[in-house]
Amino acid sequence: MNTHVKITSDIESADLSRRSFLVGTAATGLALGYSGVPGMLGSDQAFAATSNFDPSVWYSIAPDGIVTVTCGKADMGQHIASTMAQIICEELGANWKDMRVQLASNDPKFNDPVLGAQITGGSWSTMMNFDAMSRAGAAGRMALADAAATAMGVPKDELVIRNSSISHPKSKKSMTFAEIVKSGKITKTFTPDELKAINLKTPDQYTMIGVSVPQLDIPSKTNGSAKYGIDVTLPGMVYGKPITPPVRYGAIVKSVDDSEAKKVPGFIKAVILDDKTGTTTGWVVAVANTYANARKAADALKVSYDGGPNAKLSSESLLNEAKRLQSLDDSGLFFVKDGDTAAAFGSAAKVLEAEYTTSINIHAPLEPMNATAQLQGDIWHIYSGNQFATRSGAIAAAAAGVDPKFVVMHQMWLGGGFGRRLDADMMVPAVQAAKAVGKPVKVIYSRENDMTMDFSRPLTFQKIKAGLDGDGKLIAMNHDVVSAWPTKRWGIPDFLTPSVDKKGGLDGFTVNGADFFYTVPNHNVRAILNEMAHNATPSGQLRSVAPGWTFWAVESMVDELAHAVGKDPAQYRIDMLDGKGANAGGAQRLRNTLLAAMGMSGYGTKQLPKGEGMGVACVSSQERASASWTACVAHVAVAPSGEVKVKKLTVATDVGTQVHPDNIRAQVEGAALWGLSLAMYEKATLKDGGIEQTNFDSYTPLRMSQVPEVAISVISNGEKATGVGEPAVTVIAPAIGNAIFNACGARVRSLPITAQAVKESMKA
Amino acid sequence: MPNLNINGRSMSVEAAPDTPLLWAIREQLQMTGTKFGCGAGLCGACTVHVNGEAVRSCQTSLSEVSGKKITTIEGLSAKNDHPLQKAWIAEQVPQCGYCQSGQIMQAAALLAKNANPTKEEVVAHMDGNLCRCMTYSRIQKAIMRAASEMRTASTGTERRAT
Repeated sequence: MNTHVKITSDIESADLSRRSFLVGTAATGLALGYSGVPGMLGSDQAFAATSNFDPSVWYSIAPDGIVTVTCGKADMGQHIASTMAQIICEELGANWKDMRVQLASNDPKFNDPVLGAQITGGSWSTMMNFDAMSRAGAAGRMALADAAATAMGVPKDELVIRNSSISHPKSKKSMTFAEIVKSGKITKTFTPDELKAINLKTPDQYTMIGVSVPQLDIPSKTNGSAKYGIDVTLPGMVYGKPITPPVRYGAIVKSVDDSEAKKVPGFIKAVILDDKTGTTTGWVVAVANTYANARKAADALKVSYDGGPNAKLSSESLLNEAKRLQSLDDSGLFFVKDGDTAAAFGSAAKVLEAEYTTSINIHAPLEPMNATAQLQGDIWHIYSGNQFATRSGAIAAAAAGVDPKFVVMHQMWLGGGFGRRLDADMMVPAVQAAKAVGKPVKVIYSRENDMTMDFSRPLTFQKIKAGLDGDGKLIAMNHDVVSAWPTKRWGIPDFLTPSVDKKGGLDGFTVNGADFFYTVPNHNVRAILNEMAHNATPSGQLRSVAPGWTFWAVESMVDELAHAVGKDPAQYRIDMLDGKGANAGGAQRLRNTLLAAMGMSGYGTKQLPKGEGMGVACVSSQERASASWTACVAHVAVAPSGEVKVKKLTVATDVGTQVHPDNIRAQVEGAALWGLSLAMYEKATLKDGGIEQTNFDSYTPLRMSQVPEVAISVISNGEKATGVGEPAVTVIAPAIGNAIFNACGARVRSLPITAQAVKESMKA
Repeated sequence: MPNLNINGRSMSVEAAPDTPLLWAIREQLQMTGTKFGCGAGLCGACTVHVNGEAVRSCQTSLSEVSGKKITTIEGLSAKNDHPLQKAWIAEQVPQCGYCQSGQIMQAAALLAKNANPTKEEVVAHMDGNLCRCMTYSRIQKAIMRAASEMRTASTGTERRAT
């Protein structure tokens, strides 16, 4: 099992629990936040230097009553800043109209209270910040109430606090938050024990949680005023355009001829990157006075390369290598090893095998990668929308040749993340170009740079061997997953998962999901590193990561098994979701989502026309420890040509507690359509070591005309809030594949699904 | 030095005539609401109006727009209250928001000519605008809501006139 979350929480949540919570009057109003130094007491010390805007607090209340929440998370469209404000607002008792959000710097004070770093992904944010944000809000309310009680001369416990106002019904006195803040000095320190002892609201007392309040960031995204990384302008700034090599990784610049580029007006310099972090290889940056001129100069530069060790590799080579590795008995490390599969296969009545593949996929957020770097005194200031400020700051520091403490990361709104902005490659050209020309430089990737240099979802190869007993019950499964290991590339040992037999660390983010909630008594999962792919196509985390491929294999195979024994695929799943042992609770929740999706879609209740079919899938993405429960029924029509039309996707998801129902629907719908896009429309290929697709003409995410009807049911059953941004991505492809089989008997085992593959499988 | 008639103002731009309009708007004029997405006319993030038509500013040179009336997201309405902007908020359309200036400008060109579009007309008109967050169904709903509001408003005006 993947214990990564548990490991870090043991270390890091202890850290926050040692910290005091400080409420103090600063020059700009009331400031509230966890003490930066564990164990430090006294808000005087914390806020003494707060003479003007100080982002070292979690939120502040200005004398006009405006509550500004500082969000340490990357906001890439999941409205997490707004959600954090909502959680604080609930306990604080503020009026939503008074809430504002701003984005944090990379000060460790804003590290995730559970993860101990600034990182956004894994659908973790809401789940891991709910308690800390709630306590921060409650502590603020208590401090305000103390001050109000003193000012009004009334007992504290008779106060009513709501809508940014504290009133005393008996005496009909009341004060607004603004008046309390203006009234003078509020200083209160909560020790860790006091903070822990605060009674938080129970769900029946919520007035904000569960309400679809207007997202605070949305108005700025309808009038062009939201500032993304690409919008940063600094005085004296010049522009950089990368020239990236034809090989994705491993190329070396042999020479740069800038004679033609020098004729471009405004051209300043061609900078060859010297990237000691190994994040980039063979990159040159054309620097000019405008970006248009930098693009012209980049086109005019003649760069010659040594293509390096990967220059001959293709998607086919990576796949062949994966198959070779899978066939070896001693490959990889065990992620799951339950029972004795070898013995069980020996006694099985039926054994089936199948191979599943997924192609390379590109994140392609609509805002191309960019970063702006400026050296001021000893401090490097980096402006960029980034999902992993802690690591990006370190990469920027390494690129600059300084200690990370000399780097300040300025977070911006993210024009899409999807995992792409967990990586920090853009820091390197920005910092080194700025260093080379002695001016602030904004580096913007062209779409072609962005696509060919993506940290892609890796090409994957999986083989599943399944053993059934005489009743058709699944008694044994060997599941091999061969891929590049995106998380290993980070070089952070804590992010690797020890294999179950303690033989080494494996990348759990390549096998999550394979540790499903079905009861299968004998079950092995091997995580196998495809070193060739790992080197040639440095891979990254793409929305939902491993479950995007593991459930493609598992949920397709379970369907194949059901058909092999003549059982309804939905019922076959329900039978295996019996909740035995470690699957207790989770299995039943997953079963319930499947039943909900079946009910909503009319699964099995009607005769479909010839060529149409429904298929089911259910997933527990992302990690077992932070699972969310999602099922889909896909309804497709397949033409004799193999052309597939997805008519409807019905998705049911159990999110425990809904903080913002409308946002959950938006996220689930976006995720489901991402799943559709990956299942049907997105494919990247490697040839001669380079990604062949360079823009949206050859890499083709879903467009409006391809959107089917999507029905969503959100199940909110009072359990803890789960993440919602990812699970629906992973459930779609297998549901569609299974629907295609139901419609026409064609079994497709490779993503994306093409008409050709469907047609060929129909014949077979 | 080209002169641009943009958002009702005449502004001079220090850039070569073959410079894409997009970069002049973003860098020289410091209006960053118009976004760079692909540089090839494939995504629609850079959509602005030239004489009322939606065009891709990354594919339009300064020399092509001289003397023409350019409108960007910043100039679409005086108080950020174009029916589409209001509808975008009412339907809570944006996620990351990066494509939405372009989406709104593309939709505004449609509604200026056809205040009662069918779903098919909306899809055909909007299909060149990518939204990587996949907010497509909310975009559609918001366009229909804005169209409805514009029809009501124009009917109201006519009534007052008579």
